[in-house]
Amino acid sequence: MSILIKGGRIIDPSQGIDGTGNVLIENGAIKSYPKTTKKYEQDIDVTVINAKGKVVSPGLVDIHVHLREPGFEHKETIRSGCESAAAGGFTTIVCMPNTNPVNDNASVTEYILLKARTEGIVNVFPIGAITKGEMGETLAQIGEMYEAGCVGVSDDGMPVMNAKVMRHAMEYVQAFDIPVISHAEDKNLSGAGVMNEGEVSTQLGLVGIPCASEDVMVSRDITVAELTGARLHICHVSTAGSVRLIRAAKKRGVKVTAEVTPHHFILTDEAVNEYDTNAKMNPPLRGKKDREAVIEGLKDGTLDAIATDHAPHSEDEKKVEFDIAPFGIVGLETALPLSLKLVQDGALTLNQMISKLTDAPSDILNLGKGTLKVGSAADVVIFDPEKEFTVDRNKFHSKSKNSPYHGWKLKGVVNYTIVNGKIVYTG
Amino acid sequence: MTFQRKHILGLEELSAEEITLILDTAESMKEVSARDVKKVPALRGVTVCNLFYEPSTRTRSSFEIAEKRLSADVLNFTLSHSSVSKGETLLDTARNLEAMGASVIVIRHPMSGSPWLLARELNSSIINAGDGSHEHPSQALLDLFTIREMKGKIKGLKVAIVGDILHSRVARSNIWGLVKLGAEVRVVGPPTLIPKYIEKPKVRAFYNLEEAIEGVDVVIMLRIQMERQESVYFPSLREYSRFYGLTREKLKNADKDVTVMHPGPINRGIELSSDIADDASSVILNQVSNGIAVRMAMFYLVASAGRSQ
Repeated sequence: MSILIKGGRIIDPSQGIDGTGNVLIENGAIKSYPKTTKKYEQDIDVTVINAKGKVVSPGLVDIHVHLREPGFEHKETIRSGCESAAAGGFTTIVCMPNTNPVNDNASVTEYILLKARTEGIVNVFPIGAITKGEMGETLAQIGEMYEAGCVGVSDDGMPVMNAKVMRHAMEYVQAFDIPVISHAEDKNLSGAGVMNEGEVSTQLGLVGIPCASEDVMVSRDITVAELTGARLHICHVSTAGSVRLIRAAKKRGVKVTAEVTPHHFILTDEAVNEYDTNAKMNPPLRGKKDREAVIEGLKDGTLDAIATDHAPHSEDEKKVEFDIAPFGIVGLETALPLSLKLVQDGALTLNQMISKLTDAPSDILNLGKGTLKVGSAADVVIFDPEKEFTVDRNKFHSKSKNSPYHGWKLKGVVNYTIVNGKIVYTG
Repeated sequence: MTFQRKHILGLEELSAEEITLILDTAESMKEVSARDVKKVPALRGVTVCNLFYEPSTRTRSSFEIAEKRLSADVLNFTLSHSSVSKGETLLDTARNLEAMGASVIVIRHPMSGSPWLLARELNSSIINAGDGSHEHPSQALLDLFTIREMKGKIKGLKVAIVGDILHSRVARSNIWGLVKLGAEVRVVGPPTLIPKYIEKPKVRAFYNLEEAIEGVDVVIMLRIQMERQESVYFPSLREYSRFYGLTREKLKNADKDVTVMHPGPINRGIELSSDIADDASSVILNQVSNGIAVRMAMFYLVASAGRSQ
């Protein structure tokens, strides 16, 4: 079976391509960029997609997703998470280990991959835990998880507070050439915090999480990465301080990469007003200066990638007092239009933005995805960057609807998502 | 002006005119409390539920008396929060009360913002009786009422609020109210208990009590939570009291007609030296009786706003 994508604006930052053309997909792989299309259009075995006026790019890659399975299937399953990804234009997602049981050994990794193969419609790569049970004490079965298919290790949400444990993790992973992925947060400084510490938290009487609780840990992790020579990836950067520290570390040649979520470059802590629990996430939405700093970091390359931190929670779990609502929002189905806002605002070019969602995140974890190179797996997204729509959380494919963007008017609609040469979503 | 609000959630959202209207209405309510028959039919047939997730005999009793003087049917629902967090959700509990016919819910809750959740999801009028570290509107309104009664005005006064500002809903509501009515506010306490972002126009932060109360017309002392000394906010109650306890000597820095207020219950010898507590007791007791009048005014205005819609 073949697909011909005809007349679209092909943007593939991995090859430096930006121009109108055609893409031919055959046997699940990118076959060629044919100059003329008549021959294929007359072939009944070729599905023809007219992409005129649309952007054709490598399928998006999200290296920070919570799929919740096993253990929290009422929030999301591997199946529903993959459907949500496909609807958002993502063809590859990387899932965090904070499931129940925690993905801290090869049998959980294998379970996730088996489920993904049988029920998932996009590529799924798991992240293993750094420590057993994400308890921060002893190393998880990192080598066996690597063999089973884990592409990195992280105790996301439960930062490794003990610097010596972190040191040994950073040493150990070098045997497998995978990065340590750090949710950088000093839990003691965060205390019982539920939102950014600032004017808004002071007015609302909510306990704040100071920017320093992220900065302190980014600083420690960079220092330990320098000590050990490990590859360090900093998750969901939210503060001006982190951006500054990462920028300086990169300049010194430290092997550090970083990602930022759409909510941290779109929203500020003002969104928490009226105690909206869909504006509660960790790291929290920060102030205006931090938002400007992460956008600046995206522009100058300090922040390599955009990742959603897709964190589904059920309606019941979120409809409670702000203090006890869980952290996190869904993000897969709004990431592309929110990222396009950066282009509309002139912060990034369309090419740069696509790179931050394709080859750049893929490179961080050596996934070999996010490209339309001839011979590579045919993971493609076709989208209309100009088409406006209204976000309707009831139409999300995710099991969970916890989004602060419900009712927002955004530009950027996914028309087709193709994974391994198969159309998995049509918008 | 007429009062248009269905809920009274905090002083942040009230205008100076609305606050003044509540205080003026409380004047008439105070007159009701002075009668032999202390009852008017304003809330006849209305069921009011006092939903308290924190033990607070004083505030709950004050609300209850206010409700009864307005002829409301009163339903008291006191729950310990620890048992609730494992069982029924706040929303489910409140929906049950609504099903029992409560059309006004007075809520006291240890978590900031809880009354907003109810206001968003329920049909009842919600009165905030104190939420976490956020707001305590009825306390601030009764403080404003008492200050106005003592000083004849609020505009232009200098008011110091002393103690644990960080965790205090009384402080937050008072700051909004005082600033809106034109007073100048000074907050003072150990730096660990003064939020970094508390200062704004007409609100200044101090770490030194003597300095802060220089020339002030009113001092509002906050109750220090005994359990805070277990944490890392200050070394000991003894040391706290030495630097931030109000004594006769320190009070000399204030205006000679200074009024000392306290939301109660007082920790004698800690926030206030005993002699000051005795001197101030008339004002503190006056605050308590004014509390009933102010709460009657709140119910009265919310109920009449409901009827006119």
